[in-house]
Amino acid sequence: MNLLAMTIHLPVPGVAAVVTAQVLGVLLLPPLLMSVIAKTKAWFGGRDGPPWLQPYFDLLKLFRKGAVYSHTTTWVFRAGPIVSLAALLTATTMIPVLGPNSWLGFKGDLILVAYLFALGRMFTVLAAMDTGSAFEGMGSAREVTFATMSEPALFLCLAVLAISTGNLQLDDMLGTNLAGAWHSVGPAMLLVVGALFIILLTECSRIPVDDPLTHLELTMIHEVMVLDHSGPDFAYITYGAALKFTLLGSLLVHAAMPQVAWVGLPGALLWLAALMALALLVGIIESTMARLRLNRVSLLLAGATVLSGLAVLLVLFNKLA
Amino acid sequence: MLAALTHPIPDSLHTAIDGALVLVLLLNLAMLATSRLATCIRLFSFQCLVISVLPIAAATASDAIGIHGFFLMGGTVVLKVFLIPFILLRVIRTGDIQREVQPYLGFTGSVVVGAMMIGGAFALSSRLVLPGQAMSTLLIPVAISTLLIGLLILVSRYKAITQVVGYLVLENGIYLFGLSLLHAMPLLVELGILLDVFVGVFVMAIVVYHIRQEFDHMDTQNLAPMKEPA
Repeated sequence: MNLLAMTIHLPVPGVAAVVTAQVLGVLLLPPLLMSVIAKTKAWFGGRDGPPWLQPYFDLLKLFRKGAVYSHTTTWVFRAGPIVSLAALLTATTMIPVLGPNSWLGFKGDLILVAYLFALGRMFTVLAAMDTGSAFEGMGSAREVTFATMSEPALFLCLAVLAISTGNLQLDDMLGTNLAGAWHSVGPAMLLVVGALFIILLTECSRIPVDDPLTHLELTMIHEVMVLDHSGPDFAYITYGAALKFTLLGSLLVHAAMPQVAWVGLPGALLWLAALMALALLVGIIESTMARLRLNRVSLLLAGATVLSGLAVLLVLFNKLA
Repeated sequence: MLAALTHPIPDSLHTAIDGALVLVLLLNLAMLATSRLATCIRLFSFQCLVISVLPIAAATASDAIGIHGFFLMGGTVVLKVFLIPFILLRVIRTGDIQREVQPYLGFTGSVVVGAMMIGGAFALSSRLVLPGQAMSTLLIPVAISTLLIGLLILVSRYKAITQVVGYLVLENGIYLFGLSLLHAMPLLVELGILLDVFVGVFVMAIVVYHIRQEFDHMDTQNLAPMKEPA
């Protein structure tokens, strides 16, 4: 078995311009999705909201600034944002975003992707604890608690996709084969989409699990961990958060709509529209829901795990019957 | 031998039936997770609405049991979707009962135990040999897990009214089991069961109301010391 045999999907091999356009498209996309969420929330609040390009301006501004480092911190603090972003960028190559195929892939890459997310989170947590601040330690504890509960759900979701398509490579798990699974075990797929949505909200620190806009240390989860980062480091973190939303969102959108026919530029635009619709939905949820009480969050996450576990049961049962 | 269904079920209908059964499972879990009595009762009412459609779905697959399924659906809708929830909600309102569910087992714990029960039900049902073919392979596991979760609601909540709901969910499980034998079970028997359930709930509602009037609460824990000394 050549487990490490990589398959590389490039849209039109040899045409550098198309490849560059695709990579740029995916890399420029995340802040736009954040903008969609911000605009939705502004619309619900009866405001105009920040300009569409504001997240890009914020990133540029942060990149032009210098970073301040506390004397008590070590190299871990400086490595945190860089390693997190690097892990997410690596994951980007293995998740299909604006087309039915990812750029790289091999059998079992779903496990690597899941652990790249975990690696990124681990370094964010370590960097937060490196500062020695009590608040950041508290935020780290919460982040890790929720992560331990959302990770089993993510793995169970991936297991459902793997079992129902008989594939272990992420972009093969989401393509044509999944369309067949939607036909034969539709209810299970609906459960997976529901669970993935809860995972998306948790992992990206959105309402109802965490409020990205809160500025009270006692109530923050993700934001409290990055309080001490500044300048380019904070830009990496902001961009990384948006990228994580894009990646998990793509996973969700591709699982919900296994459209293999959406290729090329028109296809990319359709996937973009789907992702923006997802961002709109998240914005609507953030505008209409309050944050859950901390001890109810575990119930929500247990719910996601149970949903995906139920989906595994249904898929297995369907295979046996 | 009983042949539950004479015709093969068309594909789209099959997906719809499977979807409805999965919805029943999710409603079971939602009932375990909710902290409000009234929500719990409304979820139960919705679950009954979903399962009341199932006989009709089975009937469209084999036209022989059309009338039977229709009566069953009518009885279920009138009694379990409207009348019983109405009685229970009325007890909550007039009895001035505290609106929270009081569980022995926490909500997250209940949901996890419920999920394990569902897993057990699936494992069990793959070993069961049924006479004839049920309308969906999911019917038996869903019936068993509804039964078990009804039992779980029954034993893991303090309040008398949640115990009534647990009993009713348990009855829903039995009803789902009955659907697999739709041909064999005479209509009169099923209507008799429905009537029994209705009278049972009626009596229980009155009892709960009087417990509340007499003792100012309906915590069943305090009923235990009332038994005769051994």
